[in-house]
Amino acid sequence: MALINKNASQILATVVSNKRVGQYHQLIINIGDLATVCKPGNFVAINVGGENSRMILRRAFAISRVSSSSTFGGTMELIVAPHGQGSKWLCARNEGSVIDVIVPLGTAFGIPTEPVQVLLVGGGYGSAPLFGLAEVLNARGCRVDMLLGASTASKIYAPMEGKRSVNSLRIFTEDGSMGQSGRVTDPIRDLINDMNIAVIYSCGPMAMLSAIDAITRGTDVVHQCAVEESMACGIGICMTCVLPVSDTEGNITMQRSCIDGPVMDGAHVQWDKVGKAL
Amino acid sequence: MTALDFSTTLGNAWFPAPIFTASGCASSGRELSQFFDLSDIGGVVTKSVMMKARTGRPTPRMAETPSGMLNSIGLQGPGIDAFIAKDIPFLIEQRSRIIVSIAGETVEEYSTLARKLRSVSGISAIEVNISCPNVENRGLVFACDPEASRRVIDGVRRTIGGELPIIAKLSPDVTDLPSIARGVVDAGADALALINTVLGMVINLDTMRPHLGGKTGGLSGPAIRPIAVRAIYQVHADMPQVPILGMGGVTSGKDALEMIAAGASGISIGTASFGNPTAIMSIQNELKELLITKGFTSIRQAIGFAHRPEEV
Repeated sequence: MALINKNASQILATVVSNKRVGQYHQLIINIGDLATVCKPGNFVAINVGGENSRMILRRAFAISRVSSSSTFGGTMELIVAPHGQGSKWLCARNEGSVIDVIVPLGTAFGIPTEPVQVLLVGGGYGSAPLFGLAEVLNARGCRVDMLLGASTASKIYAPMEGKRSVNSLRIFTEDGSMGQSGRVTDPIRDLINDMNIAVIYSCGPMAMLSAIDAITRGTDVVHQCAVEESMACGIGICMTCVLPVSDTEGNITMQRSCIDGPVMDGAHVQWDKVGKAL
Repeated sequence: MTALDFSTTLGNAWFPAPIFTASGCASSGRELSQFFDLSDIGGVVTKSVMMKARTGRPTPRMAETPSGMLNSIGLQGPGIDAFIAKDIPFLIEQRSRIIVSIAGETVEEYSTLARKLRSVSGISAIEVNISCPNVENRGLVFACDPEASRRVIDGVRRTIGGELPIIAKLSPDVTDLPSIARGVVDAGADALALINTVLGMVINLDTMRPHLGGKTGGLSGPAIRPIAVRAIYQVHADMPQVPILGMGGVTSGKDALEMIAAGASGISIGTASFGNPTAIMSIQNELKELLITKGFTSIRQAIGFAHRPEEV
């Protein structure tokens, strides 16, 4: 259980770069050798606001990619949307700023042992960790197709270099301002029928993950999703970030998205019971 | 280095250091053991356990507030049997001192829990949590009712016998805390845990409804620290002989010393661990240095120091 975080360390890390990308910020943070133990799906918990901040809780961010051979030593990349006070503070950090991080945390995406065909589905900046995942799947010999969606063009995160690891990339926006008009989940049913997809990997809003589950239910497609629920600690002690999940015997328990997740088997999450008393 | 006796006692239980986890803020120690050695602190106070496994309240269960947070967990847990089978052996293997926190829905359930724990070895004390704010019926918050508080503690005392210290965890959400404290001490509590979270609420301005799934939640963190210091001071003034496990927003060695000076014999660290998994260790180290700097040679000397008579 807690062995999930056996590689986690709390360190002071230096921001190597901070660039604006559309509505997001791309932060590159030096984490030294810890970069070698980060896997796609893992996240980082960052102290925000400085020493005398009234924000007492860490903020969790998915690691989008790691590099263990950059000129700065090991680094991780985060794609951050400056939504709330904490993420705005982080996005305001300049190059050279030192921040308190705990990394790597949580479960990682499972990588198939065989070079199967996989589909990656991302919503908004949820696409960020999928590019790092695509590199790993690509190296495994998998055929990797990717669907990205958002409400509007500026909320699509799709870096040029990320496209190298995918065999195809289709973009959907609800207002039609980029790619096809519609929802990212629209083509999934046809893709499952037409292609021999073994695994769908997804990251994005809970409504999107739930919609994918409705499509894969009753099929042989495995759905690995990275869930999100507001968390206080990120390390499994506060019990706030729970989701109803069934075990193999069908018993439903509240599992922590931080330590029993964030990557979960979509078929086990009880989507209709999220936010309800069991 | 100056000799400092850093050990403390709660009832007849001895601990090599005065810093503990807070119940509900460390699960059963496994997760924090990734970050420090559990045997290096005073002890682990485990998450309040009930008779049966419990799923707890719906999400959202958390809201950050200025210098604090609301939680609305609702005592999610594995139930006493699974806890005794899995969590106690782990803590013993870690050579951690163990304070088991129990919570019941009825007076009888507390006694039954005490009976289950009576024969378990390796436990230093039992915390009787009669003040969890996250229950469906506010009438179930025993610690808001002097008579119900007494009955719970009396039942546990009779069941457990005279050996194992009982620590009664009380709520600050009462008008006359010292009278409730006196009641539970008369009923057999050896020590008091002060304070549990303070009942609070946040309204979500998008939905224009209470933000938490359980509507109300318990406020913790530095925001409530002055309330905790006041509660400890009041109760220690009334019953200086009764040891207090102090808690409520402690994030530094200074905060811990403040509570010790108010009358606490030990300090539990809760919400600070959420923001910083090694907070417990740094608070313990800071407290040790601070005591030495201030010329104390033991914790005992500092307990209740703020109550000393005026110098003339």
